[in-house]
Amino acid sequence: MARITMRQAITDALREEMHRDENVFIMGEEVGVWGGTYAVTRGFYDEFGPRRVRDTPISEMVIGGAAVGAAMNGLRPVAEFMTINFAFVAFDAIINHAAKLRYMFGGQMKIPLVFRSPGGGGRQLGATHSHTPDVIFAHFPGLKVVSPATPYDAKGLLKAAIRTDDPVLFIEHATLYQIRGEVPEGEYVLPIGKSDVKREGSDVTIVGYAQGLQVAMEAADELAKEGIEAEVVDLRTLRPLDMGPVIASFQKTFRAVVVEEGHRSYGIGAEVVARLQEEAFDYIDAPIKRVAQLEAPLPYSRELEQSALINKQRVIAAVKEIL
Amino acid sequence: MAEYIVMPKLGFDMREGVLNTWLKDVGDLVNKGEVVAEIESDKATLDLEAQVEGTLLAFLEEAGAVVPIGANLAIVGQPGEDISGLKGGVSAVQKPATKEAAPAPAGTTAAATAPAAPSGEAISAEFPAGVKATPVARRLAEERGINLAQVDGTGPNGRIRRSDLEAYVAQPQTTPVVTPEPTPVAAGPDTEEVATTRLRQAIGRRMVESKTTVPHFYVTTEVDMAEALALRKQINAALPDENKVTINDLIVKAAALALREFPNLNASFAGDKLVRHQRVNVGTAVAIEGGLLTVVQKDTDTSTLSKVAADNKTMIARARAGKIKPEDVTGSTFSVSNLGAFDVDHFIAIINPPEAAILAVGSVKQVPVVVDGELTIGTRMKVTISADHRVTDGAEAAQFLQVLKGHLERPLRLLL
Repeated sequence: MARITMRQAITDALREEMHRDENVFIMGEEVGVWGGTYAVTRGFYDEFGPRRVRDTPISEMVIGGAAVGAAMNGLRPVAEFMTINFAFVAFDAIINHAAKLRYMFGGQMKIPLVFRSPGGGGRQLGATHSHTPDVIFAHFPGLKVVSPATPYDAKGLLKAAIRTDDPVLFIEHATLYQIRGEVPEGEYVLPIGKSDVKREGSDVTIVGYAQGLQVAMEAADELAKEGIEAEVVDLRTLRPLDMGPVIASFQKTFRAVVVEEGHRSYGIGAEVVARLQEEAFDYIDAPIKRVAQLEAPLPYSRELEQSALINKQRVIAAVKEIL
Repeated sequence: MAEYIVMPKLGFDMREGVLNTWLKDVGDLVNKGEVVAEIESDKATLDLEAQVEGTLLAFLEEAGAVVPIGANLAIVGQPGEDISGLKGGVSAVQKPATKEAAPAPAGTTAAATAPAAPSGEAISAEFPAGVKATPVARRLAEERGINLAQVDGTGPNGRIRRSDLEAYVAQPQTTPVVTPEPTPVAAGPDTEEVATTRLRQAIGRRMVESKTTVPHFYVTTEVDMAEALALRKQINAALPDENKVTINDLIVKAAALALREFPNLNASFAGDKLVRHQRVNVGTAVAIEGGLLTVVQKDTDTSTLSKVAADNKTMIARARAGKIKPEDVTGSTFSVSNLGAFDVDHFIAIINPPEAAILAVGSVKQVPVVVDGELTIGTRMKVTISADHRVTDGAEAAQFLQVLKGHLERPLRLLL
């Protein structure tokens, strides 16, 4: 099996879906002639032409609104926000339009659109360009939110997102574009809304997704050297959230740490911990810990930024606190 | 809300500790992680770090008190907070009578009921004296009909966790072990009473537990140590004094390699199952003033002989200087007790629970031996393994000794 980057896996998924369905098209800032700020759609403009790979004005309101309109009229847009920080400008189009129209109009139309967007911190882009706001978007019913951690998952889930008749926000953590992983040749699609056990273990459950999953796996490798076997569960989809594998794992280990790159308050970890205590109360053997970004605007300084973000040492410390 | 500073559990078998000195006064601010007192376990003197923060409102124990683990030592909260309902409250662990029983004359029946702290006749309803247990421990206790009050909690503040319940279930549930009263000795002008040290008491407790609950059996063999001594001489010729390898280091290393092949001897009995330890940590018994300690070489099987030698030397020096660290004396999976320095033929050791076996080592001696039908002078050492019959049998212990013997008689393997 080929070991390709997450960037390549996403590019492949887009290209395959463009070839499969004429109604799929790409729109966003600099996605056409320039090939995308993160080079995901490089070559697409020449391959598919300006009608299906559309450069838009520098206005996220326009991107969001036009994508919703195209979807209402039967196309399957894959609209890119250059970074998720700019998606705040399009909040009305994403939450009030994309996520609500099918419901508000009694199912008269479907909204088969995908918003793709790189997100996350760790690249010294300053506080306003380094958000991990995934939980904000996952709060609203009507919008599916997917954020993969591996090239394999990225490809299979993006293809599924494009084929879904409901709007999907597909968040790509920008520091993961260059990670490599095995991706099989040929066609496959993964189900949206299914968590996945990425590593088996019996001593503690570590829950994560996207960058948080990578950090969890690094921590698990370190812990294994000390004889502590962590089971790592990848949420993959934040809405709908699949707690099944998390609970099954917790019922085996009785202890859990939830890792997320976003801030701790009101976060993914808060949701997972709440669900664990509701659905697996009788299996709790220690406080369930959260490892998340510190509660401050993310600093620009490299050292300060890294110290505010999650890392394997913090996950290891949390695990040891509850073992 | 006011919280307690409690006596922590600082070692595998620690049950109580001595509160040596308070380093804070009532009214002082206490930060999390700050050292507030000096405490003494059976094995070492340690700093007590606060797990809570606020103002120190009251001491519940005075310096010098012997306090069970998990029991409250002091109250920390907001200045001026009403703690009348808290004072003297006793947490999950009940106080034993030892504190006040110290001056009782020998032979007195020690059935005095637990006296509470000075103002503690009535435990306030505001502070539930109930058992602390995690949800999973509560569920398992209910399913198995276990009274949680009888289970020792090893979690924070004496909280009972799932592992505590499993340990409780794993205990032999036959008639409780009755510790026999020592045969009374008439005090008089011909006798002298010497107070036992905490270490002596701990050794006594552990050895009684081992001899009364672990079915020991013993296997002895003789090892030709000529090659091992020659090798040691060769190694040490090149080493400074502080790095020299002892005969015991060779035996410890050889035992670790042999244990790799016999996981049942690197294990602990746990009721309906056997817990095999993935790491081989060989302990060495060290005689110190007032008793003995077992210093533990972690990952002995994968450590080089020079590391084994250097670590053991350092730990033994610390043990003899009374500066042992908790990690030096915890985590052993097998022990070696060596009386070779005292001209002993051979002897039998008591297993150090929860280990499954211990090796007792005698002196290396020049003895007449028969080799190929000829009487000649040999260099021999006798070793005896004591093993837990719930875990292993004579044949396995004998095979272990054969492998151990092989490593010592062809000792180059110890250098790999």
